[in-house]
Amino acid sequence: MTNSNQSGLSKLKENLISLKISFLGSFLRSGWPISDKSRSAVILNNFFLHFHGVKTHMNTLRASYTLGLGLISLFLLVIVSISGVFLMVYYSPSIEHAYNTIKDINYVVSGGLLMRNIHKWSGEAMIIFVILHMARVLYTNSYKDGRELNWVIGIVLLILTFVLNLSGYMLPWDQLSYWALVIVANIMQSPKVITDMLGITQYFDPGGFTKELLLGGITPGKESLTRVYLLHIVLLPTFIFLFLGVHFWRIRKDGGLSKPEAFERNESDNAYALPPKKSEGIFPTYKTYGLMELARGKTPSVDSDVENTVLSWPNLLLAEVAVFMLTLAGVVVYSFFMDAPLRELANAAIPENPAKAPWYFLGLQELVSYSAFMGGVVLPGIAILGLVLIPYLDREKEHVGIWFSSRQGKIVALQSFFTGVAVLIGLLAFVINFGWFRNWWPDVPQILIILINPGTIWLGFVIGWSLWMIRKTDSTRMGAIALFTLFLLSYVILTYVGTELRGPNWDFFWSKSQWPIH
Amino acid sequence: MSNETRDKEGVSRRDFLGLAAFGTAILASLSALAGSLRIFKPNVYYEESRKFKIGRPENFPVGTVKKLHERNVFIFSDDDGIYAISAVCTHLGCIVYPTEWGFQCPCHGSKFNKDGKVIGGPAPRPLEWYEISEEVDGTLIIDSAKGVPKGTKYIFA
Repeated sequence: MTNSNQSGLSKLKENLISLKISFLGSFLRSGWPISDKSRSAVILNNFFLHFHGVKTHMNTLRASYTLGLGLISLFLLVIVSISGVFLMVYYSPSIEHAYNTIKDINYVVSGGLLMRNIHKWSGEAMIIFVILHMARVLYTNSYKDGRELNWVIGIVLLILTFVLNLSGYMLPWDQLSYWALVIVANIMQSPKVITDMLGITQYFDPGGFTKELLLGGITPGKESLTRVYLLHIVLLPTFIFLFLGVHFWRIRKDGGLSKPEAFERNESDNAYALPPKKSEGIFPTYKTYGLMELARGKTPSVDSDVENTVLSWPNLLLAEVAVFMLTLAGVVVYSFFMDAPLRELANAAIPENPAKAPWYFLGLQELVSYSAFMGGVVLPGIAILGLVLIPYLDREKEHVGIWFSSRQGKIVALQSFFTGVAVLIGLLAFVINFGWFRNWWPDVPQILIILINPGTIWLGFVIGWSLWMIRKTDSTRMGAIALFTLFLLSYVILTYVGTELRGPNWDFFWSKSQWPIH
Repeated sequence: MSNETRDKEGVSRRDFLGLAAFGTAILASLSALAGSLRIFKPNVYYEESRKFKIGRPENFPVGTVKKLHERNVFIFSDDDGIYAISAVCTHLGCIVYPTEWGFQCPCHGSKFNKDGKVIGGPAPRPLEWYEISEEVDGTLIIDSAKGVPKGTKYIFA
């Protein structure tokens, strides 16, 4: 401003009047975005926005492609983190006070119940949405073309989501917390079955070591609660945000979200807050641009697809804000009506009957009810390993960014789904009706049950079916679709059986109304 | 690297020293981390002693069974003597409850007969039997850290 010969007071007055613009503009460093140049600058120059691209491909903005699942997971993490800080104001991690402070939060603290519900439900919702996000990435063939490692990081994030939920429900020190600690500690100890058989437990005892690492003793007590609290509020959140940072960074470095090679615009791609201009601005669509950095793969603005990109400000940011509003509204409304459970105070003498984990672990509990070591350690380990290997074993570069890759992919997914459902339900029905080895031959050696149980038979089927699909279709991509479909449906079916069809003593019941009263 | 600085194996002195320094740094950091892990293993357990008194033999007349809730142990008494069977399921540590035919675990459905032998469900081992001994003053002591073979029953005068 050229106001050098104005009086000091009139300069002050002028600055006061322009305060709104200058203050807001100082946040964005390059002022309020009113041109293509400043709209680009606002993304590049802002700490919180700079991991977006300046321009975003239309395919990325299609709700039918991403379904917003990754974003929803991110916003749930933000909500769960903030609500967790509020809970920490009153919660006390000692076995004398933990239960009472949770009760205080539920019944005494203003808004405490709602805040606890929001924390609980957004954490559990993360499990659903992270898995759905993973399914979206798999079925759209988006784990390739430089994105292999990001798929693996995504699996790490999924595991962290599970462990954060697990450590969370151990904190209230109610019956669920206590017996979850007992069961988890014993699952960690279960490799002892194998080392005992080999007679090497006194020299090499990974089971006993990891159990003690978690519990800080032989039975759950004050040391255990301190350790779980440490995991839940410091260690695991640090790791999840660290890996999330790398996850986002890789998305950008790997060339943004995946998209089909031959992208075709449709009607809905014209409804933007700021449609691309054909001939003005600094990004006219007849020109192509290279990003002057060492980014791997194709950046949105490099190739001929430039006419199908739009400025991220405001188009992408509006979409993000909309997803955030929907996520927050969903969580708050659900939390308003549904209360997070709190059982009786922990009692080391009597477990609940049935002693059920929260729903998302009941599939695992069903597997553990065949064999602790197989179901609790080996099968989840193999499942994770199988998921990690998918992008390295299927390297076909065709059909990236297309749902199910092709018509054949849809058929393979449907075939795998229906066959898998039939086989798994048949297997479970057999086990429920006829029992397993020990019911037929009471003296069967334990090692036989560990090696051959419904869980390992199902694993054998999953591997066999996927290999057969690869042979039949001559395509590793079809194998990946078959494998993931079977993984997804086994998680859902086992979870359903564990949640709805298992009652006291883990016996089978068609519904909860048939449970014996005692 | 020019040839004169290379030794016969093809690693120059500079490279060797650099690698050695780098390797030492990594080794030192890993050792420090491994040593620090020791802090997770407590030297004192703030838990109840695994050895505990259960009173005089007269408290357990022949033909009775008592469950000590605090200790998760069943004390049986029959014509052959007094014996103690653990109530902790060998599958994943839940507490079994007695039934007509033996013991039932509520968590994952393991079943044991009256001697603690596995007769159904996922439990890998039979329920543990504990050692019972007698103090000088005549009270009985159970040591739940010491397992004894199935069928070990004690007769106290």
